[in-house]
Amino acid sequence: MARAVTPRRKALNTFAAWLIGLIIFFPILWIFVLSFKTEGNAILPPLDVLRAPWTFESYGIVQDRSDYFKHFGNSVILAFGSTLLGLIIAVPAAWAMAFVPGKRTKDILMWMLSTKMLPAVGVLYPIYLMFIKLGLLDSRIGLVIVLMLINLPIIVWMLYTYFREIPGEILEAARMDGATLREEILYVLTPMALPGMASTVLLNVILAWNEAFWTLNLTAAKAAPLTAFIASYSSPEGLFYAKLSAASVMAIAPILIMGWFSQKQLVRGLTFGAVK
Amino acid sequence: MATQHSRSAARLMMAPAVTLLLGWMLIPLSMTLFFSFRKYLPMRPDIAQEWVGFDNYVRFVTSSSFWPSIQATLIIVGGVLAITVVLGIALALLLSQEMWGRGIVRVLVIAPFFVMPTVTALLWKNMFMDPVNGFFAHILKAVGLTPIEFLSQHTLLSLIVIVAWQWLPFATLILLTATQSLDAEQLEAAEMDGAPWVSRFLWIMLPHLARAITVVILIQTIFLLGIFAEILVTTQGAFGSRTLTYLIYQRVLESQNVGLGSAGGVYAIILANIVAIFLMRIVGKNLDT
Repeated sequence: MARAVTPRRKALNTFAAWLIGLIIFFPILWIFVLSFKTEGNAILPPLDVLRAPWTFESYGIVQDRSDYFKHFGNSVILAFGSTLLGLIIAVPAAWAMAFVPGKRTKDILMWMLSTKMLPAVGVLYPIYLMFIKLGLLDSRIGLVIVLMLINLPIIVWMLYTYFREIPGEILEAARMDGATLREEILYVLTPMALPGMASTVLLNVILAWNEAFWTLNLTAAKAAPLTAFIASYSSPEGLFYAKLSAASVMAIAPILIMGWFSQKQLVRGLTFGAVK
Repeated sequence: MATQHSRSAARLMMAPAVTLLLGWMLIPLSMTLFFSFRKYLPMRPDIAQEWVGFDNYVRFVTSSSFWPSIQATLIIVGGVLAITVVLGIALALLLSQEMWGRGIVRVLVIAPFFVMPTVTALLWKNMFMDPVNGFFAHILKAVGLTPIEFLSQHTLLSLIVIVAWQWLPFATLILLTATQSLDAEQLEAAEMDGAPWVSRFLWIMLPHLARAITVVILIQTIFLLGIFAEILVTTQGAFGSRTLTYLIYQRVLESQNVGLGSAGGVYAIILANIVAIFLMRIVGKNLDT
């Protein structure tokens, strides 16, 4: 609804929007500032914090003391592993639903969505028990599978909506030219669907990176990703503002950047096409 | 012939996804259901497992922590929904206006959504709401007031603020998407006919956003019913912040009363399904068009 507006109105809009935007963003900005201060300076009143000297010290300490990069590595493995595994399983399914829709395609899609609505806490003990019995507790492979399963409906759903936008005639033409199903998917569909697949990967990496129910309940030390590592700072004796800030900044920065690129896909992926 | 062939191929291609999700849903679900009818205390091998019928279901709802947990859940979910929907509409309408640097403002506004829940919780708990060194405490002291113990004295309100900060971007983004399809000509016509801003908002914008608002409410409700990390990190269920999800978690993993916790889990599943049915209807309708 872009309309010509008076400069005064535009200035007013700009002022209000920037003010609110900065207030909302402020907590993130503030831990960014604190992460560059010494522990002693980080607990001073805000103005004194700003005046205190800047230092990289906290970033070094976080790594030395707590093996930060091991947890970072776990987060990377869990987020990308679960997304890629999900993609391998979801691409054929989404392809079939988009290009060979049957009577029950819609029902299957809806049913897949409904599995996403199952409250995690309702199945906590069975999963926990299975993890113990299978020796998967505190293992990366177990969590990769769980994170893949909780995001699979979203992956299938997003891919389905992207695939549906690809005109079926192109695929038919490829088939007429004698392309096999495998060739059709690999050489015709995939290049066209690449942007959609990239968005799907992006959103699901973000969701898996930030997942904080299963990662907290199914890991201890070995497989703990950043969500669990940061939660370990919650004990009262661990009140180190500067180090906590540094650890937090490193944990959220990569995802914040990816998130900014995936704004539009977020709506598509999280509302299941209910809002366009 | 070709269709027949591609149909069976399609079925084969859907099989892994469908089978996995079916297993992921049915196996744990039937185990929860099974446990919920049994006395099952894994930490107490001296107490035998046995069938107890609906005992666990009755005990879960008659325990003294049940109603407070429902109350805490409703207050948190309701509070967060109210804040995110009202502010989300306001922000979406503001951000759809002409301004300088709209892209950057959008980025600032949606950023909290990408912060992992444990960071969000710790950041608010320590750097902002801590009664000694927190940002708010410093501000209050600077103007001569006594610092407030946010999380222990105004527990639910503090949690609502934390979770609303996290979810406001989601509401804003979806509502912003919906405002983009607003009919500018219709709005202009109404403006020229002398309709004041309030009636333009009430009779044109709000009806247009109605469906997006419903979707925001439904999706957020499903996610908010399950908030866990925010409570684990801030209060661990103390000071009246024990929601239904957290209560079940404590029963199942902390006190390892699996039978009782599983009955609670079944209640949570039923509750989530009631919300889900409405959401699915909207999604389903949209799938046809």
